[in-house]
Parts: sequence; structure tokens; C-alpha cells
Amino acid sequence: MKVMNMVQSINNALDIKLKEDDSVIIYGEDVGVEGGVFRITEGLQKKYGADRVFDSPLAESGIIGTAVGMAVAGLRPVVEMQFSGFVYPGFNQIISHAARMRNRSRGKFTTPMVIRMPYGGGINALEHHSESMETLFGHIPGLKVVIPSTPHDAKGLLIAAIESNDTVIYMEPKRMYRAIKQEVPEEKFNIPLGKAQVISPGTDITVVAYGAMIREVQKAMVLAKEAGISVELIDLRSIYPIDRDTLATSVKKTGRILTVTEGPRSFGVASEITQIINEDAFLYLEAPPKRVTGFDTIVPLPKGEHHYMQSAEKIFYELEKTVKY
Amino acid sequence: MLKEYDPLKKKIFRVIDNDGKVINTKWFPDLPDEQIVKAYKDLLFARTADLQTISYQRQGRIYTYPPNLGQEAISIAAGQLMRENDWMVPAFREMGAMLAKGATLKELFLYYMGYEDGSAFKEARNMIPTSVPIASQLLHAVGIAYEIKYRKKDQVAFTFVGDGGTSEGDFHEALNFAGVWQVPVLFIVQNNQYGISTPFKMQTASDGIAIKSVAYGIKGIQVDGNDFFAMYKAIEEAVSHAKEGNGPVLIEAVTYRKGAHTTSDDPTKYRTKEEEMEWDKKDPLKRLKAYLKRKKLITDKMEEKLLADYKKEVDRQFTEAENYGPYPVEDVFQYHYEEMPDDLLAQKNEYERFLKWKEARV
Repeated sequence: MKVMNMVQSINNALDIKLKEDDSVIIYGEDVGVEGGVFRITEGLQKKYGADRVFDSPLAESGIIGTAVGMAVAGLRPVVEMQFSGFVYPGFNQIISHAARMRNRSRGKFTTPMVIRMPYGGGINALEHHSESMETLFGHIPGLKVVIPSTPHDAKGLLIAAIESNDTVIYMEPKRMYRAIKQEVPEEKFNIPLGKAQVISPGTDITVVAYGAMIREVQKAMVLAKEAGISVELIDLRSIYPIDRDTLATSVKKTGRILTVTEGPRSFGVASEITQIINEDAFLYLEAPPKRVTGFDTIVPLPKGEHHYMQSAEKIFYELEKTVKY
Repeated sequence: MLKEYDPLKKKIFRVIDNDGKVINTKWFPDLPDEQIVKAYKDLLFARTADLQTISYQRQGRIYTYPPNLGQEAISIAAGQLMRENDWMVPAFREMGAMLAKGATLKELFLYYMGYEDGSAFKEARNMIPTSVPIASQLLHAVGIAYEIKYRKKDQVAFTFVGDGGTSEGDFHEALNFAGVWQVPVLFIVQNNQYGISTPFKMQTASDGIAIKSVAYGIKGIQVDGNDFFAMYKAIEEAVSHAKEGNGPVLIEAVTYRKGAHTTSDDPTKYRTKEEEMEWDKKDPLKRLKAYLKRKKLITDKMEEKLLADYKKEVDRQFTEAENYGPYPVEDVFQYHYEEMPDDLLAQKNEYERFLKWKEARV
């Protein structure tokens, strides 16, 4: 075990995969010499050479499109989008090719590649640097979408993502990069994609979150405890495939559910979870499923961002109402 | 040769004239007669297949189809130069090259009849499916070529795009990445003068496409795309250039889409009969045939016999495709992930329960 923050644990996962598999190639804007704007890939070019870890031209469609080609030819590219807000020029390559190649070729060609991108708000960033658009990817057939919440999970999920023979969108809650440290095994380990995790068991209400929202919910749970409310917290970990069973099992026990996400509300992950519960645990519900989400607005610039973000108080406010419904 | 035809010199590379006479002996490709005859036969086959497919479409037996008419020499030349392990990254108007790479006409029919099985190309080695989102495939070829260079393989990646596709950002990004990475990829632009109805001069103010290579620091050449010999020689040179580690080549094949963009398009709306007649004089099949007749390598009688055989063969493969059978439910779902996610499996089961209910109802 070694104490790591999320930047270090992601770097460690990449290091392990680069070392054991020479088909793993890392590139993106500024990821080579500099190690990326968040220093996730720091030191890797020096260790593995400039043909395996390198700076690409500044072009997201180019990065993702060439990765599709590399993956088809047998490599396992792990490419970085500097911020999720800049992935959109590459969207055509994701939706029209990375997500479809297996189906179009009836399984003859696959695209085992990972597209990493920092996402989410709360770091006083400039425009286009604070969005949480995981829903866009979760909606595309053929993709897997993963979001870790801790340094430990970031490592295990990334290794599983690189080893997956499907294209994985790996979204990194940038607010968590250096926010917490924890003990992470130094050796290789995998966390299976598509499985949620019950972080803390409880009896009165199920709260589902992922990424940076886990920590906010944990803060809200302190308030809940003071109010005598027992919360079962689930870290979704995978947006798609979504772990219906873990969600439904929990709600059958607690009878209530609150989903916390950073992204806009309409058509979002919270809406999807609500419908899953309606389908799989309807008769167990003691209150309508509740959502705490971003607004259907653009994330305000830093001076106004606190209105948009989910805080412990806001989560507790809705949580208590749902329990008392 | 690439030096002599540097695009900055604004010289189009041509080997035979419209009557099939050799006008450029210096760069006439070193080809045995049998291979030239083979090229002619393959071109005739592609032409026959195209014309018949259009007629199947008119009969309502196949959905929308994009014909190759008038552009076949480009694909036939490329097809002859692609080795088994070279990569083919098509757009969707490269029938000759796809057949040479191991696709079957039956598969192409299946695709246009509405089966994904028709884009699996089961027997073709290293060819990915056709790409409909314009120019997006060019980047795949660059990525593939990166793998070739990284693994030090003796391979080249061939990729195709039309003149309309050169306006897309992915064309720029592909040439730029390929130039920076110096990878073995050949970009073959079929400049057929139209992107559906939009004429070339509305796509770009550039004096042709080949010249764009200069700014990317890669080699380029403008070729008469209706001249099989010129296409063969240019691609041959480009292959050696790429194989020797000198990086990518941009080949602009100047041609003319004699047919419609697809069977849903009507070219009479946007171009004149005179223009079509002018290009008809430069038809690649006519020119190759004239060359071979002059050399007494083919006769009209031979052609008649070939044509009859090909019509039969095209029909045979079409009939096979027509009898392919129903589309299994399984095929809708099974190729999206290595393992079908539970949620997707549940959707499949739900749909199958509905089908059973529907069946029992009748």
C-alpha cells in the first residue's frame, strides 16, 4: 500500500499498463514532455519513450480518429482530452466510429481504447472547463462510461478500462485530483466495469452519486446522522453499463432514493436511475425518487458557480424532505 | 517521379491520351501484358456490376446505391498494388479496390440491401467497413499507419476520399497528423468534380487538391484519374516512397462521376449534357480498351464474351444476396460489446417476449 492522490493513482495505473503491455500508447495535447496540464502523465514519456507517450497536434477529432485506427490495427491507445469541454470536435469519431466499429464489422474489428478526460466544476475555472456531460456519452450505444470517485477506484477502474475490448470513456472528477489521499495497493488490480459499490450501508434512504459528488454526499451524511437519518450511499462508478441490481436491491431495503449529479437535470443520469427504480422497485417506494442535480443551465463562471454546484446543505435539504415525505 | 510532378509545378501526370496512345513513355509503368488485360477485365466487371446494380435499384430490389461509373480506373490501379497485408480504409466509391482486397460483390449487395453482414468482409484481410461520415475514415488510416510504423511492419495504409471530403476538418487533421508522424499512408482523393450537386469550385478556391500537400510537408501528385497507367505508376511510386519510411503521399485523381451521387440523386438538375459528353471522351474504360486494341491484346468479340459472363456472374451473386434470409433479432444486439450488458440483454428479452406474444396473437 502507498498513500496516493488521484493524480498519482491514475499515473500509477498508466505506468503499470505501459510496462506490461507494449500495445498501450498514450497521447494527447501536452501529455508528453509536460505530462499534461494536470500532470497525470508526468514522467511516463521519459520512462517509455516518445513513440509510446507523446504530444499530439491540437485536434480532438484527429486524436480520437487516429486512436480508432490504432485500436483497429491492434494497439490499445489511451488518449487524453485536455478538458471534457473540448471533446466535442471529436464527437463524430466517438459516436460514428469508436462506438460502432464492432457492430459495423460484425465483430471483426474492435476499438479497445480509452478516452480520458477531466470533467466537472468547483475549481474556479474559465468558461468550458466546468461541465459534467456524462449523459451525452451514456446515451451512445457501444460505449462504456466510467467515473471514479477515489484514488483507489481511479486506479482499478482505469486498468479495467484499458484491458476492456470495448471503447471506454473515462471521466476524471478534476476537483478530486488532489483533494484526498488514501492507501492504494501498489500492485495491479482491477475494478470491474458496470458494477456499483455500496460505500456505506444504511436503512432510511438510498443516495446514489459518483465522481466528486460522493464527497459532498458524505458531508451531507454527517448532517443526516445528526438528524437521526440512516443513509445507504452507493457509488455508481459506471454510468454505462448501469448496475440496476445494486440500485434496486438497495431501494427495496430503504424504500427511498435520492440521486446526486453535477450535470444538468433533464434527460440526465438521475432521470435514468429514477426510471430504473420505477421499473424494478416501484412497490417498495415510500416516497417519489428525488434528484439533486445541476440546473438546465450553463455552469456559471466562478462568481456564480456556487449557485449551481451541489453542496452538503442542499443535498441534506432534499434528503430530509424525501425521508419525511 | 514525385519530384518531377511536384504539385507546385502545376503539371498533371498522364501516360495515355484519350485515344489510348502512350504520350509519356518515360513513366509508362513496367507491367506485363497479362496484368494490363487483367486491369481491363476488372474494370469491365466493375462497370458491369455498377450498371446492373443501378437497374436492380430501379426494380426496387436494393436500397440506395452510390455508383462508381467513370471512376473505376483509380480503384482498379490501387487494387492491383495493394498487397494482402496492406490496409484498405475505404470511403464508399471504391468497388474495384474492395473487390481486389477480397470483398465479394455479394457482400456489397448485402450491405446495400440492408445487412451489416455486408460490411464485415469476412475473407478480406485488413480492410475496414465503408465509412459514410465524409472524410472521417482518413484519420483511421493514419492511426493504422502509426501502428505499422510503431511495429516496424512492411505495410502501407491506403485510404480514399472524394473532393467534397477535402473540405472537412478531418481531411486537414489527417494530413497534418500523418505529416507530423511521417507514417506510411496514401491518401487517394477521387476528385470527381462534384460533392453530390456541389461543383468543385464551390468546395475550394485551391488550384486542385494535390497542392495542399505542400503545406503539410508531405508529397503530393495530381494524376489523370481516368488513365489507368498513370494511376498505377503514381500509386506504385507513392507506395515505395511510403514503404521506405519517407512518409505519406497525397494523390489527387482527377476524374468525373459519370453517374449520380447515389441512386437517389438526379444530375440533370445541376450539370449539362455538353459537360457530360466532354468527359465521356476521357472515359477510363474506353481509353484502356483503345490501348489494348491497338496492341491487339483484346478484340470486340472477346469483350462481348466477357460481358456476357460478367452479367451472369453479377446476377448470380445478386441472387445469392437476395436469398440471404431474414435478419435475426440476435444480430441487432450482439455486436455492440464484447459481452452484452445485462440491461441490453433485458431489452432483447423484452423484445423477444413481445414477438412471441405477437406470433401467438395471429
